[in-house]
Amino acid sequence: MSTDKIIVTVAGLAGIIFIYWFFLMKKEKEVSVAGEVDITVSGGYSPEVISIPLGKPTKINFIRTDPTECLSEVVLPDFKIKKQLPLNQKVTVEITPKEKGEFGYACGMNMYHGKIIVK
Amino acid sequence: MTEVKKTFPIKGMHCASCVRVIEKSLSELQGVSSAAVNLVTEKASIVYDPSRASDQDLASAVANVGYKAVLEQKLMNKDEQKQEKQKELKSLRNKVMFSLILGTFIVWGSFPGLMEFAPVFLRNNLVQFLLAIPVQFWAGLTFYRAAIPAIKHRTANMDTLVALGTSVAFSYSAFVTAFPQVMQSIGIEPATYFDVSTIIIGLILLGRYFEAKAKAGTSEAIKRLIGLQAKTARVVKNGQEVDIPISQVSVGMVIRVRPGEKIPVDGKILEGGSSIDESMVTGESMPVDRTKGDSVVGATINKTGTFTFKATKIGKDTLLSQIIKLVEEAQSSKAPIQRLSDLISSYFVPAVIMLAILTFVIWYIFGPVPSFLFAMLNMVAVLIIACPCAMGLATPTAIMVGTGLGASKGILIKDASSLETAHKIDTVIFDKTGTLTYGKPTVTDIVGDVLQLAASLEKGSEHSLAEAIVRKGEEKKVRFLKVTGFKAIPGYGVKGKVEGKLVVFGNRRLMEKENITFARLDLAKLEEEGKTVMMLGVNSKFRGLIAVADTLKDTAKDAVGKLRKLGIEVIMITGDNQRTAHAIASKAGIKTVLAEVLPDEKEKEVKRLQAEGKKVAFVGDGINDAPALAQADVGIAMGAGTDVAIESSNITLVNKDLRSIATAINLSKKTMRTIKLNLFWAFGYNVILIPVAMGVLYPFFHILLNPIFASAAMALSSISVVSNSLFLKKAKI
Repeated sequence: MSTDKIIVTVAGLAGIIFIYWFFLMKKEKEVSVAGEVDITVSGGYSPEVISIPLGKPTKINFIRTDPTECLSEVVLPDFKIKKQLPLNQKVTVEITPKEKGEFGYACGMNMYHGKIIVK
Repeated sequence: MTEVKKTFPIKGMHCASCVRVIEKSLSELQGVSSAAVNLVTEKASIVYDPSRASDQDLASAVANVGYKAVLEQKLMNKDEQKQEKQKELKSLRNKVMFSLILGTFIVWGSFPGLMEFAPVFLRNNLVQFLLAIPVQFWAGLTFYRAAIPAIKHRTANMDTLVALGTSVAFSYSAFVTAFPQVMQSIGIEPATYFDVSTIIIGLILLGRYFEAKAKAGTSEAIKRLIGLQAKTARVVKNGQEVDIPISQVSVGMVIRVRPGEKIPVDGKILEGGSSIDESMVTGESMPVDRTKGDSVVGATINKTGTFTFKATKIGKDTLLSQIIKLVEEAQSSKAPIQRLSDLISSYFVPAVIMLAILTFVIWYIFGPVPSFLFAMLNMVAVLIIACPCAMGLATPTAIMVGTGLGASKGILIKDASSLETAHKIDTVIFDKTGTLTYGKPTVTDIVGDVLQLAASLEKGSEHSLAEAIVRKGEEKKVRFLKVTGFKAIPGYGVKGKVEGKLVVFGNRRLMEKENITFARLDLAKLEEEGKTVMMLGVNSKFRGLIAVADTLKDTAKDAVGKLRKLGIEVIMITGDNQRTAHAIASKAGIKTVLAEVLPDEKEKEVKRLQAEGKKVAFVGDGINDAPALAQADVGIAMGAGTDVAIESSNITLVNKDLRSIATAINLSKKTMRTIKLNLFWAFGYNVILIPVAMGVLYPFFHILLNPIFASAAMALSSISVVSNSLFLKKAKI
């Protein structure tokens, strides 16, 4: 095998490993919330993972600053909530979880994900 | 942050001191810099910072001091959202046109077979480069704008793939344009691929444009429901009629409705009557007659008469608002079938990027000369062809259309999983009283000339059977005679004196007690049919009898027939005795009967059937049924009767039509079929075309996928999924 082919193979393999590590081995940082939280919607949700108390109402304010069409809708299927997120406006969702567990939320096309952990 | 001025009506003010109190309460709010309240116009004007004080804050500040602020936040927001959406669509269309036009010029100047006829300047790499720049960085900016923040979050999406693919093609071509001699020196002809980068952007944006338009169609049902709300109400106050906005109507107000007008809110008719078209809310196509004392539903249309009614439910409590809320919630919920695509979509994009790198490596090592070009173009094709969007859209769009279609026919589905479960139902249990039957006893047989006497006598009685006989008397327009010495004998019947004669009316035991002989044959036959028989004696002589029964709804037999046609076992459950139960069941065409079941045992019966491996739907209406409705795989509640039943049921039939049970099951079947077809398309598309883009067909057939065709296929895939969901609207259910 010529040198260039060896370089391409090694670089390609390194690239694949990097992609795997970068996207799929991400550690999700959990933010503990009491009462109210602002979630910025830009290329995803930050904070992405929030933990909230069981049985207490929690206000989640979504503020979208990213014009991507996909993010213009947020869906919390377990709480049966779907909201339009107009650009640069605060949209508040109030939930009172009735059971413990992990509940995902996502954009309208299910491409960006976040998680609500009820403790 | 900028401050804005807002004016909104205040209700409940009556003096100047109210003004001061409200102004104080509002101006004490964080973010409100000034507040002025006008007693005459009954409005508050404030200057405030919307990011610091929400409408809710304003409303509660006013409510805290005992008044009500009318904030039409929802309506305004919807309009703004619509405008924003339209603006976005328009700008998207401009970008599509722009990139496709410039892309066409570039293709003309670079595509073998076409370029020979192109003007010389179009064949120039530098000109093509200049044409490609605005497409890549203006029209294509949306991909970078989405991809870059996503990468910061260590997530990747559709836009990441497009941004990567087009950037590779664009950068390579830009490099070739700048340094053609470098490529020549390594033996590669300095050809550019600006056509690839521009046309891909154009086509993918075109796909998004059509997809956005089609997606708007999936939420039509909810928009239609919201559009039904009346805007104003004609309120009668101190003998005068005033038109006021619907938001200012409060419970207890008297409202007048004239022919052809929309009934603004829910209420009870005080005076007059009319024929009312309730089809928009209940799906029932025939107008219904309503008179004094009857309930009317907001957003329905008054056809013929004029009447006044008292508002009983307003705002979010009206039937229409509750329907809207229920449909909105259902459309936001997730069907269990979606779980698989959820799982796949979280790994999909990174997997595609890894496959694209692998494609490059394999083609570079094993590909024909010039292997670098093959490697690069195939890598771009892989990045472009992958379509996670179609997978994401497959289930939700079908659920949106399915639940919307149900709502338009008076079938409210609580959530997506109910809609999914309904197609598996193999057993339907009907509660008898009030569900299969009207729940009100009516006179079925009259033997002998007894109605006038019986009705006159029963007028003084409070028994539910008496009500049926009096009603029959009124229907037949009999003259009610004066009764003296009326006496009710619990467990037997009633007696009294009419026109000087002693009249007794009651059951078999009363006759025996009074020593009146009667024809036992007639009695047995009627009782066999499940009817309650009451006999009439005048001066100790048998005169005749009246049979009363809870009658079957007109639609019951048809409804049962439709279910049996679907291959579903139909069971009736009731607290009645075996004989009565079987009599009613056989009329409805039901073979299996669970009789003498106490109300709290219905749930156990459902459990028992489920333990036999059956998927059970329970159809009921009352509070007693709530546990059984909740226990069943699908609980179906009739009508918008009791809140409890609706809460514990999965499907509510607002149209109160038993035949809709079969319609709901059919709707579920059709929706599931659409979802499965969508998923098949979305998955099949990716599973088949990604390997083709990687070049698996090349060793055998020398087939490669041009990245431009890859982008066209990808644009089509999302559109086909959304269109397939829209087809559901046309389904016959």
